[in-house]
Amino acid sequence: MPKRTDIEKILLIGSGPIVIGQAAEFDYSGVQACKVLLEEGYEVVLVNSNPATIMTDPEFATSTYIEPLLPGPVTRIIEKEQPDALLPTLGGQTALNLAMTLYEDGTLEKHGVELIGADHAAIRRAEDREEFRQTMTEAGLRIPWSMTVETLGEVEAALADGRITLPAIVRPAFTMGGQGGGVGMTETELRQVVSEGLAASPINQVLVEESVIGWGEFELEVMRDHNDNVVIICSIENVDPMGVHTGDSVTVAPAQTLTDALYQDLRDQAIKVIRAVGVETGGSNVQFAVNPENGEIAVIEMNPRVSRSSALASKATGFPIAKMAAKLAVGYALEEIPNDITRATPASFEPTIDMW
Amino acid sequence: MSEGFLLLEDGARFDGIPCGAEGPVTGEVVFNTAMTGYQESVTDPSYAGQIIVFTYPLIGNYGVSAAAMESERAHARGVVMRDPKNGEDVATAEGGWLDWLADCGVPAIGGVDTRAVVRHIRDRGAMRGGIFPAGTADGEARERVAAEPSMDGADLARTVTPAEPIRFEGEGGPHVVGIDTGIKLNIVRQLRERGCKLTLLPCTSSPEQVLAEDPDVVFLANGPGDPAALGYVVDTVRELVGQKPLFGICLGHQLLCRAVGLETFKLPFGHRGANHPVKELATGRIDITSQNHGFAVQGPGGEPRIEADEPVRWQTDFGAAELSHLNLYDRTVEGLVLKEVAAATVQYHPEAGPGPHDARHLFDSFLELANA
Repeated sequence: MPKRTDIEKILLIGSGPIVIGQAAEFDYSGVQACKVLLEEGYEVVLVNSNPATIMTDPEFATSTYIEPLLPGPVTRIIEKEQPDALLPTLGGQTALNLAMTLYEDGTLEKHGVELIGADHAAIRRAEDREEFRQTMTEAGLRIPWSMTVETLGEVEAALADGRITLPAIVRPAFTMGGQGGGVGMTETELRQVVSEGLAASPINQVLVEESVIGWGEFELEVMRDHNDNVVIICSIENVDPMGVHTGDSVTVAPAQTLTDALYQDLRDQAIKVIRAVGVETGGSNVQFAVNPENGEIAVIEMNPRVSRSSALASKATGFPIAKMAAKLAVGYALEEIPNDITRATPASFEPTIDMW
Repeated sequence: MSEGFLLLEDGARFDGIPCGAEGPVTGEVVFNTAMTGYQESVTDPSYAGQIIVFTYPLIGNYGVSAAAMESERAHARGVVMRDPKNGEDVATAEGGWLDWLADCGVPAIGGVDTRAVVRHIRDRGAMRGGIFPAGTADGEARERVAAEPSMDGADLARTVTPAEPIRFEGEGGPHVVGIDTGIKLNIVRQLRERGCKLTLLPCTSSPEQVLAEDPDVVFLANGPGDPAALGYVVDTVRELVGQKPLFGICLGHQLLCRAVGLETFKLPFGHRGANHPVKELATGRIDITSQNHGFAVQGPGGEPRIEADEPVRWQTDFGAAELSHLNLYDRTVEGLVLKEVAAATVQYHPEAGPGPHDARHLFDSFLELANA
């Protein structure tokens, strides 16, 4: 199927200030997306609070707004510009969270703005810890035991009846770069990390989960198109084991220590994850823990958007993930997009490092 | 460490450090682009007579294990690598890769500029070559390479086929009788997982011997060499078409196609890797597939490429054939079905090992032929 002609104007949300864990990669992905959408003949409305970005150079969008990335200002932009669609998956967690807010407060529906790339339900399935757990369980995938917690009292009760075993990991919902998360090695530590996590989460919710500290940490970059075809862009191995945040870890693409059998298992599971979460078009990042002793696999999380890892994967393979994600979002299929490096092969040719 | 070298038949020479078993060794030099699965590849009988150049730079990282054997022994003649590792210290490893190559008697060479080798082969086509230890005189190396028989017209299936039938009991599934031109163990595993009773016959078996096994479906296996050199297998298959349902994989696909009157040709440098997109034309589904073949089946009109994503048809000696699978990389034939007799084939490796599992569903459709 060629590109969509029922949409003309697309709103793109940038990633705002460059902070730890949310670095210039989203400027890179945003620039790629703007270029593609303009080339394809769409009007691009860009909003980003950070003028120190390349994407906010005037030539990258039809109209550029340097405004706070908050519901109020962006709602006013939507009212003025009346875009047909919002592409929320290329501006990191900030853009994703803002798009969710605009969906939930009815702004998008009121103005007839369609979320493209990933819809509201898919973003929720990936980002809401409880929904993610349910989705993975239904897909037959193993994830570490976990519980969603909204008060410290729930933690006390679970410690008392043994539902929480130590060490345990704390992950706040809807935060970026692992902000507010940590590991509780002792009961005292756990209480402290949970308190901090609840404060850091915009919805005051954290996930307490089984520790897989010391397991190998692997990521797969996955892309899916509207025909439900999926390719793995590359595997990434965190040289530091689980317990060191990905943002602090040395990572290598492709994975270095996986046998073919184990790699193919991860590949199968990553494909199941993107289908189960329901990211319709575009890239996602799926993280796994692998027990080095017996090859046991657990799904850790998935980002239904372009992420820091996408930048590494793009550089390592020459497969421009953000650019492809933008093309897939407006209706192209993987097999219809030529690979930028080989030119002769379609984007459905799964990249292999050193194949060229 | 002393320098050895890889010499190609056109005189191109690439220096490196010998490892694995002691050389020299000669064979057809081909390249594989998969990033994992080196042990599976070397033990795949389809690589008989060949020296594999791995394009991925680090080979051996995770050692070797019994589970990664695709047959009982190594079949590749030699291995060329950029940066070989023994990998024996990885938790899942049962042994070191370089130690294993030495034990299997496979000469190898590391430190080779494998990118340069691949570019050379891509430009000039797969060719004969050899891995030689330091101190081998140029003239002697050239003579050895020149003495290596060409892959064109090579009957290598005879060197990997079993001497006697091999039988596996089933669990209620159909009886699959395979003409074993060098079957991979993962095909055996896939069929057995589906409850099939499996009988593997020497590739020299007659049609009567195949029929005497009372197959529900006849399977034509993968294997090494040139399908055009296997006239005796083609003759056997030709007798079976229409009498029993047939399915084939890789070499078996080529043999079945030749048996119904289609032609095969040698690809310039073959497909060997784990990332080839193949489109199933009936559904639009794209599977990322494992591939390992140097020859392919011609499309309608003798064309190597098929430009449209359509189930085009050919006339065969047994009625129409319809294209079922197409390679999106070079648009060559990846599979077809015969419309008037029960037969279907694919060029790629749905069993994987190594490679993606996307196409394993194909075994289910193949086995439905048993009910045809």
